[in-house]
Amino acid sequence: MIDLIQDAIRGHNADYVEVRLEEGVSSHITYAGRELEDIGASSSRGGNARVLVGGGWGFVCFNDLSDLREKVALAVSQARLVGGERVGLAPVEPVVDVVPPHIVKDPAQTPLSAKKALLDEYNDIMWGVPSIQSTSITYADRNRTIYFASSEGAYIEQGKVDVAIRLSAMARDGADVQQAGVSLGSNGDFSFVEALHQNARDVADKAVRMLKAPQVKGGEHTVILDPVLAGVFIHEAFGHLSEADQVYDNDQLKDIMVLGSAFGGPHLNVVDGGAVGGLRGSYKYDDEGVPSTRTYLIREGVLVGRLHSRETASRMGEPISGNARAISHQFPPIVRMTNTFIEPGEATLDDLLAGVKDGVYASNWYGGMTSMEMFTFSAGEAYMIRNGRIEEMVRPVMLSGNLFTTLRNLDAVGNDLDFNQGGGCGKGGQSPLPVSNGSPHIRIRNCLVSGV
Amino acid sequence: MEAILDKALREAGECEVFGVSQTDTSMSFEANRLKMVDTREASGLALRLVKDGRIGFSSTTNLAEEDALVDRALEMAPFGAEALLELPTAVSYPAVDVHDPRLEALGMDAMRHLGQSLIDAVRAEWPNVQCEGRVGRSVTRTELLNSRGCRVSYTKTTKSIYLEGVLVQGTDMLYVSESETSCHPITDVAPLADSMKLQLERASRVATVPSRAMPVLFTPRGLGGVLIGPLISGFSGKNALKGTSPLVGRLGEQVVDERISLWDDPTQPFVPGSRICDDEGTPSRATPLIDRGIASSFLYDLQTAAQAGQTSTGSASRSLSTLPQPGPGVLVFSTGDASFEEMVSGMEEALVVERLLGTGQGNILGGGFNANVLLGYYVENGEIVGRAKDVMVSGNVYNVLNGVVSVGSESRWLRGFLSAPSLLCEGVAVTAKA
Repeated sequence: MIDLIQDAIRGHNADYVEVRLEEGVSSHITYAGRELEDIGASSSRGGNARVLVGGGWGFVCFNDLSDLREKVALAVSQARLVGGERVGLAPVEPVVDVVPPHIVKDPAQTPLSAKKALLDEYNDIMWGVPSIQSTSITYADRNRTIYFASSEGAYIEQGKVDVAIRLSAMARDGADVQQAGVSLGSNGDFSFVEALHQNARDVADKAVRMLKAPQVKGGEHTVILDPVLAGVFIHEAFGHLSEADQVYDNDQLKDIMVLGSAFGGPHLNVVDGGAVGGLRGSYKYDDEGVPSTRTYLIREGVLVGRLHSRETASRMGEPISGNARAISHQFPPIVRMTNTFIEPGEATLDDLLAGVKDGVYASNWYGGMTSMEMFTFSAGEAYMIRNGRIEEMVRPVMLSGNLFTTLRNLDAVGNDLDFNQGGGCGKGGQSPLPVSNGSPHIRIRNCLVSGV
Repeated sequence: MEAILDKALREAGECEVFGVSQTDTSMSFEANRLKMVDTREASGLALRLVKDGRIGFSSTTNLAEEDALVDRALEMAPFGAEALLELPTAVSYPAVDVHDPRLEALGMDAMRHLGQSLIDAVRAEWPNVQCEGRVGRSVTRTELLNSRGCRVSYTKTTKSIYLEGVLVQGTDMLYVSESETSCHPITDVAPLADSMKLQLERASRVATVPSRAMPVLFTPRGLGGVLIGPLISGFSGKNALKGTSPLVGRLGEQVVDERISLWDDPTQPFVPGSRICDDEGTPSRATPLIDRGIASSFLYDLQTAAQAGQTSTGSASRSLSTLPQPGPGVLVFSTGDASFEEMVSGMEEALVVERLLGTGQGNILGGGFNANVLLGYYVENGEIVGRAKDVMVSGNVYNVLNGVVSVGSESRWLRGFLSAPSLLCEGVAVTAKA
């Protein structure tokens, strides 16, 4: 492979050339209700060339790996069309390395029949709960090898094994349909999905209980988020705006996001990093061949860092962070999060609950989205808090807010950091990218909660 | 593809080979100017077969490994779902033209000009708005053959333009956007520019919105953003089969206001969602989903139709790496008799919902929706008085469509698969930050 790629890269009239090839196999199993719906195995192969000429980018992606040189040449001719502006790349030491995948328990070692039997067990458990109308299970694993080479002399082969599962249960009463679910994933560890029997039971129980749960009254509430939902919150509410490509071209946004600005109280510390090991967003090199790092984004409430590609780091004159990621060979790398988390503080959950007369405890996640200033995220479950105690279940809620006020309203951080690896992040048409989010329990005052 | 079919047939009873090859060219604009030109070539094959009564499936984008494709599909079959479906035979297909050769011939300079002229038109009046967007052209060839003699292929051309502008003032960010998708070349950007300028104007001051149930005027984009997801879920034959659609057992009943009709019609020429047949080779046809308020039909593919004792509605859609699923091709809402201006001027108070953030979260299956209003306006005494910000809307699509006040007389195409009018509905829960 190395000769093939390096031949294709050489001798073009371009400022920078990179080629990324990818080979992979994946398998998936889907249950819809009692029946297995889809089981299949796929293989993929493809690549891309990305080139920089006179400040413009050209990108070509393909399945057919023959005539690589011509594909690079096409990217060069496209980049020439762009021209104009000066795009620079922050300097990086070209790396030559071969990185095997992080594997704790390889999903490929478990035969498909055993995977199916495991999912059958989970499905049976969910169906064993009375009043369940239907269930759904999706499981997927993927093993990829990515070959990266640049005209600067980098050559990296990197293996990645990703495993993901979602269990959901639906309950129905007339025209009222409610659902509960749980999503989990891992970086190269099948054992993460092997012991979910209790999770399956809980999911089905919750779906049934939701039918009877009342809806919360919409408006501003004090909310306490569990570590899973708090992780989604910090990813959506803050993480995306720390991606340098969201701000580097906009002078007004750069002013708002200037390093040294206060974003929250001294109890707030936020970190992102591909070098935080063994999680779904962990890797050794990003898709530009830059080593991953561990970056403080907020330290003691103050904005201190940002996530970068080589281009954004160069433009903003800030250190590279190794956050340029592509979901597959069909896309160029863009600035992405990896493992994003709020560092733990001192408070216990009881401390957070103490003094909350009337509030909402929201846990588990259903989704989240941001438009930078505004964000939304949805809880998988919600409960009322009364006089410092978590009380009756209510229907799942959506929480929404404004980044700048909400982080200031985050007034307490728990001591029980936990990571959620069940999510996938979407940006610029690239979804779902494996990431993890983490947090301890957190408390937010005056958070906008949807309802009736 | 014939060779794969022949090889698979040596071991399997029924077989189907599905192939897609696509070439996309697109131009990305960032910070008001062209940033990147990219070309994407992707092709792949999927094999579905029936062996010993069970479905085996495999796909590949590695065109050098046809043998492995067949072997893997055969390996999967013992674990696969019971095959109830019967693949279609050679039939005649409706004439649905989705191919415009002018698009294939479109030059890069023309695409660049289109994007830049839209940006320049918006910024001529709003110089502080920063724009990013994409102009794209794609040519997709779909081929399908099966062991019962079906041989079908067609080529679709699609042109798309998308632009988003952001106006930042202090920590306030206002996002406006427009997009268009067509099987024909797009040449006139003036309507898109006018729409974005109107959005900027209407949102130029922030209004104070109270928290309470009030009439909500969904623009076509608002309707497409918030109401269509739960409806697609509700009319899915698969969800009907599983009993997770709120419409189960209610076909033939009045489920929404009688002024609402909704069709799935992927036979309309030059609409990007149209096609001569679905992704299993079943000919496209129009299917009424809601006929004057009455729930009329679910959408089925072959397997779910067989399970439900129905016939396929020609609604199979698939990505390369998964089995087909039932879903809509082209959704068309009926129109009414009210103009947008009449709807606004007739209201003492209303929230106009244009664009939403976070749709798709929440209980879609049950018909629920919840979203932050990314772009919306508050109406007082018959006039738009400003932008609605820090505001959420929530409810259930079936309740909302039972509270219809009036239906817009004009509809527009969205994302190449939905034709929607404006819709004014009363009693929608609006939650606002104080």
